[in-house]
Amino acid sequence: MKIVVFIKQVPDTTDVKIDPETNTLKRGDSPAIINPFDLYALEEGIRLKEKFGGEVIAITMGPPQAKEAIKEAVAMGVDDGILISDRAFAGADTLATSYTLSQAVKKIENVDLIICGKQASDGDTAQTGPGIAEWLKLPQATFVKKIDDIKEGHIYLESMWDEGTEKLKLPLPALITVVKEINEPRIPGLRGKMKAKKFEVKLWDNKFLSLPEEKIGLNGSPTQVRKIFSPPQKEPGRQLTVTENVSEIAEEVVNTFQKMGLV
Amino acid sequence: MGLNIDREKCTLCGDCISACPFAALEIIDGKLIVNNACTVCGICVDVCQEGALSIERTEAKVTRDNSEYKGVAIFAEQEKGNIHSVAYELLGIGRKLADKLNVELTAYLLGNDIKDINSLFHYGADRIVFAKDERLDHFNIDRYTEVITKIINKEKPEIFLGGATFIGRSLLSRIAVKLKTGLTADCTGLDVDDKRNLIQTRPAFGGNIMAEILTPNHRPQMATVRHKVMKPMRPDESRKGRIIEFGIESNLLTPVEFIDFIIDTSQKVNLAEADIIVSGGRGLGGPEHFDIIEELASLLNGAVGASRAAVDAGWIPYSHQVGQTGRTVSPKMYMAIGISGAIQHLVGMQSSDFIVAINKDPEAPIFKVADLGIVGDLFDVVPALIKEIKKRKGL
Ligand SMILES: Cc1cc2nc3c(=O)[nH]c(=O)nc-3n(C[C@H](O)[C@H](O)[C@H](O)COP(=O)(O)OP(=O)(O)OC[C@H]3O[C@@H](n4cnc5c(N)ncnc54)[C@H](O)[C@@H]3O)c2cc1C
Ligand SMILES: Nc1ncnc2c1ncn2[C@@H]1O[C@H](COP(=O)(O)O)[C@@H](O)[C@H]1O
Repeated sequence: MKIVVFIKQVPDTTDVKIDPETNTLKRGDSPAIINPFDLYALEEGIRLKEKFGGEVIAITMGPPQAKEAIKEAVAMGVDDGILISDRAFAGADTLATSYTLSQAVKKIENVDLIICGKQASDGDTAQTGPGIAEWLKLPQATFVKKIDDIKEGHIYLESMWDEGTEKLKLPLPALITVVKEINEPRIPGLRGKMKAKKFEVKLWDNKFLSLPEEKIGLNGSPTQVRKIFSPPQKEPGRQLTVTENVSEIAEEVVNTFQKMGLV
Repeated sequence: MGLNIDREKCTLCGDCISACPFAALEIIDGKLIVNNACTVCGICVDVCQEGALSIERTEAKVTRDNSEYKGVAIFAEQEKGNIHSVAYELLGIGRKLADKLNVELTAYLLGNDIKDINSLFHYGADRIVFAKDERLDHFNIDRYTEVITKIINKEKPEIFLGGATFIGRSLLSRIAVKLKTGLTADCTGLDVDDKRNLIQTRPAFGGNIMAEILTPNHRPQMATVRHKVMKPMRPDESRKGRIIEFGIESNLLTPVEFIDFIIDTSQKVNLAEADIIVSGGRGLGGPEHFDIIEELASLLNGAVGASRAAVDAGWIPYSHQVGQTGRTVSPKMYMAIGISGAIQHLVGMQSSDFIVAINKDPEAPIFKVADLGIVGDLFDVVPALIKEIKKRKGL
């Protein structure tokens, strides 16, 4: 089995805050991380390789520093890693991103399975995976929570719907996106970390991929960010402070409920 | 094209570096450099006091004649003939957009035996394009993508909206790529400007910031909306419309083989549909204390929700989680008990009509969104509320 796992480097969302004084965004100093959902994708890829043999390749598209994400993936246990990086790819929305990533897959021969995270924590779109599948005309299953089996060129899996679980059988090659219910990602051990340290991340720029300008980066992106702003702050509501008067407060609260027709 | 830096004006103050959410700016060898993490969002341009930053945009070539694209369309999701309530919410916002643009609102419906098809008219649709086929009864990605793409190519709507549900997210992503158009996920606000552009507002970075997104040159302009974010209009039973049957001439081939669908029955009350939700967080201190949350919820005929901290601690199943990585809810009343109000929790519940917070920390961020905040120990307040409600109910 040859498995490609797509991972994205994202800022730690818990570390992005709005400065209430100036109303501007403040990014803390904590380093970028692998998109939390992609750790499940990596883990599943590595587990499948351990079970069925073959190789796992991690691919990310991002700025030069995103090679750290690939190194972390190597520390976890992937066999190879590629960073797609070029100024020409900057400003890509999900259409341009999924196009670029799909063309990278074409450079790798005989891929059996592509695994993406459910969504990236910076954009939260969950669009890239299905987008790649469409560019490559591959069968897809999204929000996969369990892989039951892989046999005779087919993958048997379970998708997590809002209302339940769907069991599907897809022919390979296929693309899946995974949710966090699927596994428990491993923590890289010492040996993995050593391997990652020495690992040379392959760099694919657009000289190598030679994709048409009008399909990549900002030019290939139909959506444009026009403005970014902080979420509107709500007017403060009524506040009651409990001292010894808890039963009075309860009375007042339940009065409010009753006025609203809730009790 | 992209971000330009005027190095004469740049004083290397670093304001833009800390303002950039994408870490796309750095100072290397005494020079400000923009790397390819840049999304050209323009935050840095706004914070630069020196006016050293500017954005240059080459207008993308309009390769298609957009004037043929007219009308607003929504995807009316159904499963086994039951129309998903997100369809009514989409009709609610779709109606507003269609009225502003002075065009018709159409619902695209794929399925077989649909219960109460006229409800789509009652909630705002002028037309229904109905692809009726047994093989469309249950969602299949390839069939749905094929049929909707064909409908769009024939109908040419300028705007096409879907729910950010399991089906909607997977489906619209593929359709957008097939049509080579833009798609904006999880919009919390939709409006149109005087150039008929759809103004799509959505949270980014887990709700820390909001982004306004346009799809100026491509049609249809596509967006998904989370369930419970938009309000449906009050149904009007006298509203009527036209049903246009969409003939299926293809074999609807799909490589994906359906094996089984198992409905999740573990949830007693459907969180997404509940009018009242009582949620507990880490402040409860342990799984055994969820019983007071449950008691209060059942007295109010509400559902039980939870913060991720409570779910991660294993106190309550994931299906109860509210927030960015859980459910989005928008009930008439949301009670947050022992929940601090982290941004990832707030994005999942702040559109509730009335928010009550109980927390012993007066500084807890949940009070910023609460309509009624009670500063106090939940182990005093919740039992007192239970007692009071029981008293009034004569229990
Ligand atoms: C990528 C990502 C996604 C996330 N998604 C979600 C999500 O979907 N949903 C979600 O909820 N979180 C989510 N989180 C986690 C979120 O950041 C917070 O960690 C979480 O919401 C905190 O839960 P909490 O408020 O219950 O716990 P805490 O933050 O620990 O708050 C507990 C509160 O209880 C109060 N308290 C304690 N004892 C009492 C008492 N006796 N009486 C009254 N008050 C008391 C405390 O004052 C405190 O304010 C996400 C985080 C990340 C990074
Ligand atoms: N720049 C990228 N490089 C590699 N993989 C990506 C990139 N962007 C998105 N992905 C993959 O697509 C998934 C969904 O991302 P998104 O559509 O941005 O929510 C992620 O979990 C990754 O697996």
